[in-house]
Amino acid sequence: MRNSTSRPVRRSLAGAAVGVLVIALTAACGGDSDPKESAEQEELAEGEAVTLTTFGEFGYDALIDQWNEEHPDIQVEQTKVSKWDDWKAEITTSIQAGGEGLPDIVAVEGDYMPAIVAAPDVWVDLAQPEVEGRWLEFKETDATSADGQLLGYATDAGPEAICYRADLFEAAGLPTDREEVAARMGTWDDYFALGEEFKKNSDAHFYDASGSIAQAMLNQVEYPFEQEDNSVDVTSEELANVWETVTSHTDLGSKAVQWSPDWTAGFKDPGIATIACPGWMRNNIKENTGDPAPDGVVWDIADVFPGGGGNWGGSYLSIPKTSTHQTEAMEFITWITAPEQQAAVFELTGNFPSQVEALESETVLTATDEYFNGAPAGEIFSNRAAAITVQPHHGPLYSDILQKFQDAINRVDQGTSPDDSWATFEQDVASLQ
Amino acid sequence: MLFALVGLFPLLYTGYLSVHDWDKLYRERGEFTGLENFEFVLADPIFRKAMVNTFSIFVMSSVPQVVLAVSIAALLDNRLRAATFWRMSVLLPFAVAPAAAALIFGSLFADQSGLINAILREVGLEPIRWHVDRLWSHVAISSMVNWRWTGYNTLIFLAAMQAVPRDLYESAALDGAGRLRQFWSITLPMIRPTMIFVIVTSTIGGLQIFTEPRLFDDSISREGGADHQYMTLALYIYDRGIVDGFYGRASAAAWVLFLVIVGIALLNFALTRYVTRRTS
Repeated sequence: MRNSTSRPVRRSLAGAAVGVLVIALTAACGGDSDPKESAEQEELAEGEAVTLTTFGEFGYDALIDQWNEEHPDIQVEQTKVSKWDDWKAEITTSIQAGGEGLPDIVAVEGDYMPAIVAAPDVWVDLAQPEVEGRWLEFKETDATSADGQLLGYATDAGPEAICYRADLFEAAGLPTDREEVAARMGTWDDYFALGEEFKKNSDAHFYDASGSIAQAMLNQVEYPFEQEDNSVDVTSEELANVWETVTSHTDLGSKAVQWSPDWTAGFKDPGIATIACPGWMRNNIKENTGDPAPDGVVWDIADVFPGGGGNWGGSYLSIPKTSTHQTEAMEFITWITAPEQQAAVFELTGNFPSQVEALESETVLTATDEYFNGAPAGEIFSNRAAAITVQPHHGPLYSDILQKFQDAINRVDQGTSPDDSWATFEQDVASLQ
Repeated sequence: MLFALVGLFPLLYTGYLSVHDWDKLYRERGEFTGLENFEFVLADPIFRKAMVNTFSIFVMSSVPQVVLAVSIAALLDNRLRAATFWRMSVLLPFAVAPAAAALIFGSLFADQSGLINAILREVGLEPIRWHVDRLWSHVAISSMVNWRWTGYNTLIFLAAMQAVPRDLYESAALDGAGRLRQFWSITLPMIRPTMIFVIVTSTIGGLQIFTEPRLFDDSISREGGADHQYMTLALYIYDRGIVDGFYGRASAAAWVLFLVIVGIALLNFALTRYVTRRTS
């Protein structure tokens, strides 16, 4: 009886089926799951865990084990993504799909926080009396929306010092002592002058990448890409100054893109003499140079940052409204971002605390770093945190424009003329609006 | 039915999205805007650059790929010792995950620390800036594509060649036709449908190329190089849609790509028919 349905009937059946399908799918993609509505809350079932996704290395493994042991009823499961860019793309896609697939707790890079703050309805308000005044003021401001919701708990901060290779400095006839080095880098002009001097007597790169120097300088500009009302403006004199300074010194750096294979390889051969160094950068230096350090390599930290203080990075933990275990997730992030845990992470990975209390803790203040010639890392980074005076304004497009800016710098490294590269940058920025 | 689900619906929905604005912050569909997205895309210099790159990489990968695959298949079609071993080994690259392949090619083609440049320096040549120079970046990416797909196409051709009746060759040999003549006058015309199939599928694959340039990319925003030197149309769609959050523009670009592919596939189809008919 296979062919009993006549042709026209079959065709209209198929047509109807397609119609129903299109309507159903449109509904599924369009309205059914609204990420702005809080999801139904559920009890954690047997064997179910609160999910957390981090990127890079948050240093949470041991702490999560500890938490899981102490809280049999709220188990936490961590997923690690290696690169922030990949994780950012995944967050973006998930929100587009109505929040499907997001974990209960999302780790986000500090530069992305403005994008979250600009669209607060998708995220859970995390304000509670217990955490009031817990963080450095600028960290909290960055995570607070216009209507006063706190949308992320800061995990760490990135006050910047300068890490340098004492052995390369010595070979080039420069001072090697921490304090003497610091005295030669008070301003960016000093820093670049020192670089010129270094380059005369050395084949190593003076700094790791033009892009990271640009980022370090941008962290001292009050309105890097966006005005107070978040309108995009890339014509400011300060931005032009960063651009001109960096693009006129490309020979001092490696010309590799930060985080690329060539950048990583540059740490070993021919070597990198100085690097803008937020606390977390020490981990990358160790990994890329080799741990234990190869023979003759001496890394050290100078208690200075050219042109005043600067903060680079530091992440947040946020909870999307699609989470079905918001209470449990909040309990966990309150704990893991508490002073004791931040101090523990600092000891483990060098991620610098973002909270007032942890900053003043004895563990942090007395910490030294053996890999960096026994430098008093805790004291240095605390000083660097205190030296931060300018907090750049980051609008919702900040992290996107920053990427384009980095590409623009990179083009100049590769041989494009600064004017041409700037024109492409303006095109790129225009396509973001 | 299956076509409606996985083919027609995304096509229509993409068309629907392409004529609407898109709320970047909340990632929701906004107002109806007519052809505005298409105007943006067609006027975007980066889109044009991506179009040129796509064609360049497509030509550098698909053409040598099909020629090589047919030649290797012709060789494998002979009586060989350990024939199965050779046949399986051409398929090996296809079984390697693209991400793993990218890792290998990434260290081969690194600008400063890469193996190929180390060899070039060793023999006294200038190292090539694989990630910088537009043409060389296309060469590097095409080589990844060719490495992966040539063996796959070879096996398809081989299957078609094995189906050619052997007595045709015998009578041709009796008539005094050499190996090459047999190949041109018997093999190629006999495998024409397969030829058309492979050329059409590799046209589609070549124009949609995404994985290789994306994994090859080491720039910060990963939009096909710092200067978009090797941004392909598929990357353009991904970046405008997923990364930058402009679904409307991405959909418009996707439609343009779709029309281009249909056009090229038809052209190829006609050309292949013409060429293989003439030789028969």
